[in-house]
Amino acid sequence: MLIRKYPSVLIFLAVLAVFTLIVTIMSQAYGTGAIPTSTIKLFGKTLCLALAALAMDVVWGYAGILSLGHMAFFALGGYMIGMWLMYARTEEIVTATLANAPIPPTPIEVQEGIAGQIFGVVGSTDLPLAWSFAGSLQIQLLLVLLVPGIFALLFGWLAFRSRVNGVYLSILTQAMTLALALWLFQNDSGFRGNNGLSGLQNIPGLTDLPQSTISIWFLWASALALGVTYVLASWLVSGKFGSVIRAIRDDEARVRFLGYSVEGYKLFIFTLTAMICAIAGALYYPQAGIINPAELAPIASIYLAVWVAIGGRGRLYGAVIGAIFVSLLSSWFTGGKAPDVNLGFYTINWVDWWQVLLGVAFVLVTLFAPRGLSSIIDAVAGLRHPMRRGKDLGPDLGALREKEAEA
Amino acid sequence: MQGLKRILAGSALGLVLAGGAWAQDDTIKIGVLHSLSGTMAISETTLKDTVLMMVEQQNAKGGLLGKQIEAVVVDPASDWPLFAEKARELISDQGVDAIFGCWTSVSRKSVLPVIEELNGLLFYPVQYEGEESSKNVIYTGAAPNQQAIPAVDYMRDELGVEKWALLGTDYVYPRTTNTILEAYLKDSGTAQDDIFVNYTPFGHSDWSKIVADVVALGKDGKKVGVVSTINGDANVGFYKELAAAGVSADDIPVMAFSVGEEELSGLDTANLVGHLAAWNYFETADTPENAAFIEEWHKFTGNEERVTNDPMEATMIGFNAWVAAVEKAGSTETDAVLDAIVGVEVPNLTGSMATVLPNHHLTKPVLIGEIRDDGQFDIVSETDPVPGDAWTDFLPDSAVLDADWPGKECGMFNTSTNSCVQVQSNY
Amino acid sequence: MRRIFLCLLLIFAAPAWAQDLQTVLDANRDQIEKPSRQTIGPVINEIAASGDGAVAFLEAWADRRIGMAEDGRFAIIDGEAAIDAVTGAAVTGDVKALRPNSGVRGLIAAALVPALLADPDISRRRAALDALGRDATAEHLPALRASLDDPDPGLAARKARLERLLTIRFDPDPAARVAAIKGFSGDTSTDLQAALNPLLASSRIAATELPADANVLQQLSVGSDLTRDEAYRLLVDAGLARPRLSDAEQKAALAANLVDGQVGNIPVANLDSPDARDRAYRALAAAGTVPPAASAEDVDAALDSYVFADVYVEPSAEVTDAARATLNGLVFRERAQQGVDLTLDALSLASIYFLAAIGLAITFGVMGVINMAHGEFIMMGAYTGYVAQTFIANKTASLIVALPAAFIVTALAGIVLYRLVIRHLMHRPLETLLATFGVSIALQQLAKNIFGTQARPLTAPDWLGGSIGWGEIVSISTIRVAIFVLALLFLCMFLYITKRTRMGLNMRAVTQNPGMAASMGINPDRVAMLTFGLGSGIAGIAGVAIGLFAQVTSELGQGYIVQSFMTVVVGGVGNILGTLAGAAMIGGLQKGIEVLNPANTLAAQTWMILFIIIFIQFRPRGIFPTRGRFVEG
Repeated sequence: MLIRKYPSVLIFLAVLAVFTLIVTIMSQAYGTGAIPTSTIKLFGKTLCLALAALAMDVVWGYAGILSLGHMAFFALGGYMIGMWLMYARTEEIVTATLANAPIPPTPIEVQEGIAGQIFGVVGSTDLPLAWSFAGSLQIQLLLVLLVPGIFALLFGWLAFRSRVNGVYLSILTQAMTLALALWLFQNDSGFRGNNGLSGLQNIPGLTDLPQSTISIWFLWASALALGVTYVLASWLVSGKFGSVIRAIRDDEARVRFLGYSVEGYKLFIFTLTAMICAIAGALYYPQAGIINPAELAPIASIYLAVWVAIGGRGRLYGAVIGAIFVSLLSSWFTGGKAPDVNLGFYTINWVDWWQVLLGVAFVLVTLFAPRGLSSIIDAVAGLRHPMRRGKDLGPDLGALREKEAEA
Repeated sequence: MQGLKRILAGSALGLVLAGGAWAQDDTIKIGVLHSLSGTMAISETTLKDTVLMMVEQQNAKGGLLGKQIEAVVVDPASDWPLFAEKARELISDQGVDAIFGCWTSVSRKSVLPVIEELNGLLFYPVQYEGEESSKNVIYTGAAPNQQAIPAVDYMRDELGVEKWALLGTDYVYPRTTNTILEAYLKDSGTAQDDIFVNYTPFGHSDWSKIVADVVALGKDGKKVGVVSTINGDANVGFYKELAAAGVSADDIPVMAFSVGEEELSGLDTANLVGHLAAWNYFETADTPENAAFIEEWHKFTGNEERVTNDPMEATMIGFNAWVAAVEKAGSTETDAVLDAIVGVEVPNLTGSMATVLPNHHLTKPVLIGEIRDDGQFDIVSETDPVPGDAWTDFLPDSAVLDADWPGKECGMFNTSTNSCVQVQSNY
Repeated sequence: MRRIFLCLLLIFAAPAWAQDLQTVLDANRDQIEKPSRQTIGPVINEIAASGDGAVAFLEAWADRRIGMAEDGRFAIIDGEAAIDAVTGAAVTGDVKALRPNSGVRGLIAAALVPALLADPDISRRRAALDALGRDATAEHLPALRASLDDPDPGLAARKARLERLLTIRFDPDPAARVAAIKGFSGDTSTDLQAALNPLLASSRIAATELPADANVLQQLSVGSDLTRDEAYRLLVDAGLARPRLSDAEQKAALAANLVDGQVGNIPVANLDSPDARDRAYRALAAAGTVPPAASAEDVDAALDSYVFADVYVEPSAEVTDAARATLNGLVFRERAQQGVDLTLDALSLASIYFLAAIGLAITFGVMGVINMAHGEFIMMGAYTGYVAQTFIANKTASLIVALPAAFIVTALAGIVLYRLVIRHLMHRPLETLLATFGVSIALQQLAKNIFGTQARPLTAPDWLGGSIGWGEIVSISTIRVAIFVLALLFLCMFLYITKRTRMGLNMRAVTQNPGMAASMGINPDRVAMLTFGLGSGIAGIAGVAIGLFAQVTSELGQGYIVQSFMTVVVGGVGNILGTLAGAAMIGGLQKGIEVLNPANTLAAQTWMILFIIIFIQFRPRGIFPTRGRFVEG
């Protein structure tokens, strides 16, 4: 049913599956080894970013909530899984060391040993309260969903209840991200401050497996998560629910007068996408290896919006394309591999100029191609949109515009 | 089957963005992992240039083991996860034999697991907080006992400071350094009330209240000194506010651990004259080696204005120690070089020798400089080379720890229980 | 301290066997070449006592004008030339300057004090008083008393004040000290507190009974004044009691007595709980293999048999009482002054936030256009100030040029941004927000490419360099006062423009109803463009002001953008007085939280933002909400 209505879902899944298969047979662990492990990790991480962009597209492109805080949920997911990774790995080391001593350790000694190893670097030996469940994978996995979920629920409830919306909400979400980042930056908060959680690529219990194998496993998991979420998101935005949230995007007051609980819908979509971002983060950081508060600086969330805008918002595949395109291009340009352009009087070194290019490209996309890259696909498919540019037909807010009226 | 492989490999080339030249047999490759863009670029670009200069000099001398050295430069863009990614690329794709890189602690912590997993070799050239000793890293910068502790001794003995304000940016280097200093000061008889600690965010600019707090410390009649681990730009506002409050270096001396020639070169130094910095090298060091190094540097960069600084000296020592170890081992293979490098002695720029110790740190002299109005330092104190201590003796938990790579094959050896806590590093 | 005291005794005993300068210098060549504060004292005093040329030598030495000639003679360097320090003959050849550290220079200055206090040159007398304020000793008191009648009334007053401070610290007669202390009542300056507080230094002692002549601060009762653990630790530290057993020691003792996989008949595998370990240790103690740990009864007995007290180091009770009374009298005044100082700090921070936000209050508040590149306009203003300074050396002149230049540069940038981007995105605020983000990213990187990532100097002229204040606690740097004045000026200017000029009338008309305004012959587009230019231009001026007290970097604006938006939103969009109230609230809050937790400025920022987020949830339209039909849903 869904597929008949949206054939793009099938195409997307097929492309994703073929991509995963090709990468697998060219990987070092299960194939020819033509693709080095570092590139596999790059692909895996990019898929996670695409997943976060997908969530951003649902909340912004469909529900019209421009959240500049979704990367905070992404990072929170990473922190939650990172706590278990660090704790469990350190626990292996500490129990092995203490087992050598003539007297067996008490549970408190084990815990002190772990805390000393994790926090000794920042001059503390107590395990913070937030780490109480860090030893249990199940609970931390649950927390990956719960902590960002409850956080988003609380924040969303407060904000939507008092009818904070539009740019106010964007600024408020940005402030929330900043506050969270500043809080995590403090060593006293118990998340190792600026050093963050590191060594996350070493999975406890799998220390004998080479990174080449682990990286491909994570690629599979990321692809699977992306595929499942894509289907879920397509289903969500296609039915009646999707109609309502799009209606909220276009005219919130009218939907409210029709008797829908606008706040409830917004809250649901805000929380759900926050949790999707958290899952993406939980898959991303074990591949990246380190998470620190710089990861949730406000600029990161803005980049997320940039990806979605460049890919084309209001199109699920657009968000995915945007995230993959921009982040790969970005790593190509900043990696120093793009050739310098010699203008005769000045040599453009892309390491320095990439950000300028990105900023300008972004302005141009917003001005001239609101559908972003996906307008290419639209053009191929023969879809047309009403022209919303030109002068206002009347002096009032929201008046039709010249070109729009012609269409 | 062979055909399929070739097709796959061919398509992979298209897919793989990380292309790059394959290793040639007649060169030895080293990696340079310093940020060339982003916030750390200003500091780290200088070190990249230093490595390239050293490579050029070595090649002019006939290379190493009869081969030319080739430097592979990548840009981790001040992005910590990217450091790990680029390190992996350097070792497994480019096949470099040693990496010179990193500046911040968090970038080192990001790279550590990769280096240890792939058995690489990293030379880390910046003063840091200690509490670490990896099999695969040579720390050519100062450990706390080679910078912080002697600096505090100087302030207490030479300036008569009795009351301490430990001001720092809130990240791991100031945190750990201040923890160590607090323990050290208390051990040497300073009361808890005579130590004031404050942490500010990166790039902090509103210093009025903190300066007022520091000035108010003087009201019980003890001489106040500031130990500053304030990072980078934030120092500007701090010194400006201090000067505006009418506080001179004679009233409240400030000892900075992160302010060097490079940082001063972009500043109006009128407000800073007489304040102090502790390093293992100053450009004003009066030795023939230093004069030659500065001359080479000006020639290499084509700019007479470029200053030299402590991390550059550490990079230079690291490079020379690696060259000496490779020549001694007759191979660039990591384990052989690591075996050979302990005990290697190379000259530093201040007229003494730097020895690579079994804990992978160096011996370094500690220099204290007073800031002059031309942005350089008057060296007012210089010690004999001090051996770097990976695990500080002033925190009870790490006082019992020791690092001894060729002997005990362990970077975190508990001397009270006589056992190795862990072979891999604590990230 | 005691060493200096001895040395100074030497000075006064010196003339009997004083040596001439040459002999002293020759005898102490190494020390003078590489002086250490800890050992140089006697040498300085010998030099000071050596008669002719000594003062000149010491003054030159403190100024780092003493050098070592190639033949080993000491020379006084004067510009390019140098003369022999003893004979005054010209010295040719290379002279290597000696660089005594500031601790040594302080000692030299202190040694020069007696000689310079009555010097005819007023600047030398002033320098001597400065040195005396930093490092005074008992021996300076007679010299100071001898030179009290200074021809300069200002210096005479300073000398009189210093004399009384030194009396408090060094006079042997308690009555004189008490009189001096009482003479100071009502004064809150730091140097007075620095003289009084050391008198009240106390130490904590444990003894079977208190010595009869002790000047006791207070007797401590275990349980209320100090905890049992603290008291027992005091006893242990004094060697009066046996230490309790720590967990690590217990574990080591158990490991040492491991026999056949058992300790005290308990199998090793069971020793993984504190209880089991205690039992095992008791078993060992009962068998006599380890000494019994100090039990709770032992601790009780020990605590009962000792008294604990805080005892003044100063033996005279009259002096400590007077000092305590004077200090207590200060407390209220000091608190009040600290409160005033804090208010000034908060006002200053508020005016900085206000200045950063005022441009935004125009573009966002009045026009409803959201400009995320506002922070970058602030940065552009700061860089304009820096560029002006590189061209014009005179700081005042460059500032006079920089302020209008910054206005023009950023206003033009604002107008260009408006024409090229914002005009096409009217009524689509979210897209405006994103597009201006793009501009912000590009501008920031451009600034990095042009000026580099390192902070650039932007220095205030000297007349803005100092600080203004009453007493020593209440003080604020002049530059902050200037910013405050600037913020007030802009507030007035803004009010004037909107309320009293044609432009302001047009602006308000276009904001309220562009359609109607257009019908009345106003060109809404042009008015909006000019308004946007005005708001951006003010951001540029704010940039110069911020750059003067902080650092100029490409990230300067980024640090203010979130706070600025918060300021506007908290105050109430569309209301300049609201922005003022918002800035006052944010500045006040931040300083208030900083006082509660002085060790962590970052925490203050975090809590401030959090508080504001919550505030906005409850008053989404700000402190002064705009009312009426033009409020957007």
